[in-house]
Amino acid sequence: MSLAKSPWIIHVNCNSCNGCDIELVACLTPLYDAERFGLLNIGTPKQADIMVVTGSVNYKNVNVLKNIYNQIPDPKVVLAVGACASTGGIFHDCYNVVGGADQIIPVDAYVPGCTPRPEAIIDGVVAALSILENKKKGNIRGKEVKLTGKEVPSNA
Amino acid sequence: MDMNSVLTVVLVLIGAPIIGCLASGIDRRITARLQGRVGPPILQPYYDVRKLLSKDNMIVNESQNFYVVVYLIFIILSLLMLVFKADILMIVFVYTVASIALIVGGMSTGSPFARVGSSREIMAILSYEPVLLLYALAIYLLTGTFKLSAVLDASTPVLMYTPLIFIAMLVVLNIKLKKSPFDYSTSHHAHQELVKGMLTEYSGPGFAIIEIAHFYEYVFLTGLIFLFWAANPLIGALIAIVAYLLVIVIDNITARVYWQWMLKLSWTFLLAISIVNIAFLYFSGVKIV
Ligand code: SF4
Repeated sequence: MSLAKSPWIIHVNCNSCNGCDIELVACLTPLYDAERFGLLNIGTPKQADIMVVTGSVNYKNVNVLKNIYNQIPDPKVVLAVGACASTGGIFHDCYNVVGGADQIIPVDAYVPGCTPRPEAIIDGVVAALSILENKKKGNIRGKEVKLTGKEVPSNA
Repeated sequence: MDMNSVLTVVLVLIGAPIIGCLASGIDRRITARLQGRVGPPILQPYYDVRKLLSKDNMIVNESQNFYVVVYLIFIILSLLMLVFKADILMIVFVYTVASIALIVGGMSTGSPFARVGSSREIMAILSYEPVLLLYALAIYLLTGTFKLSAVLDASTPVLMYTPLIFIAMLVVLNIKLKKSPFDYSTSHHAHQELVKGMLTEYSGPGFAIIEIAHFYEYVFLTGLIFLFWAANPLIGALIAIVAYLLVIVIDNITARVYWQWMLKLSWTFLLAISIVNIAFLYFSGVKIV
């Protein structure tokens, strides 16, 4: 139970339209007050437990995403918030878009919607927490996602 | 060392983090209420530390953890010296070593965020240290010795003759607890500034030790305020608690300032009122013992 009582999240914005980001920040406002569950929006990946990804991954930020993922100490979970982060959303067939976050890093939970409501995001975090606990119990470690240098689209 | 002092050491080692943890929890609760939120449970800092201890320790270099341990040891040492009524000047120096350990630790990681945070913390030390030294000097002028036992034996409280230094010390408390408007070297909880400032590269157990050291530091700093009315421990504790609550309120009603502001404030206003106070003590020659 030790992890579930103070989930610290790091928010990674990959090419999001800002809709999901604003809803995520809304979770921390007095109306929803996610801090009453101990949830904090922490600035550095080294102290985070839950990585919240918003927006679809594109070729410019794929290495940033991998880098941040690698810097989070185990046990960690990844939560994809919004249609974009889950599948690519309305940007899925853009020339520069790789797709959802799960194309690059292992995603543990998805929050659907464009944009998801803050209640849905809090629900997603709660779902991620039980996964986090299981990872701790089973000592499941996220494996390092290798940086491959410059990522380019195959059709370029 | 007789039985009694061993008992005191054990009591301080166990009791201080509990008090500090509760104080930090109350801080977060009050902050939440002032912002119209429910806020986390009072024991939230304890949950945080427990979680951090169960996580991986990701480090960028070996020495990083060493500095954290130095920080913890010197904070505990300065608290113990305070409890054992040692030399106030020595306490100030030991306490400075603790702060410097954290700065060197931040610098050693090489992260630009940690470096900016560390250099800002140096500025913070530069601005509060003179006031702290003048506080020690005031105690010397009043009692004729730097030993704190004289303050505790005196029948008149120190505050009677040092109201201006008391005001300066409240600002020092604000700077040292890293609360707004002076929270730019590293910030607590949901406030963010340059990622996490000085503590950017710490994770898991390393960060947990810093948090535990903060708990000790809370008790140590309020202990310095307590000394102002040590003649009556009840009033002294009350003043310390009120000062702590005042810092929390100030934290919530002010925005962060430039570090230049803090330097100007302390080197003009705070230093001036402290020196006026010292001059008064020196020329009037009052003694409380
Ligand atoms: S899911 Fe919708 S709201 Fe969220 S980033 Fe994508 S387009 Fe914007």
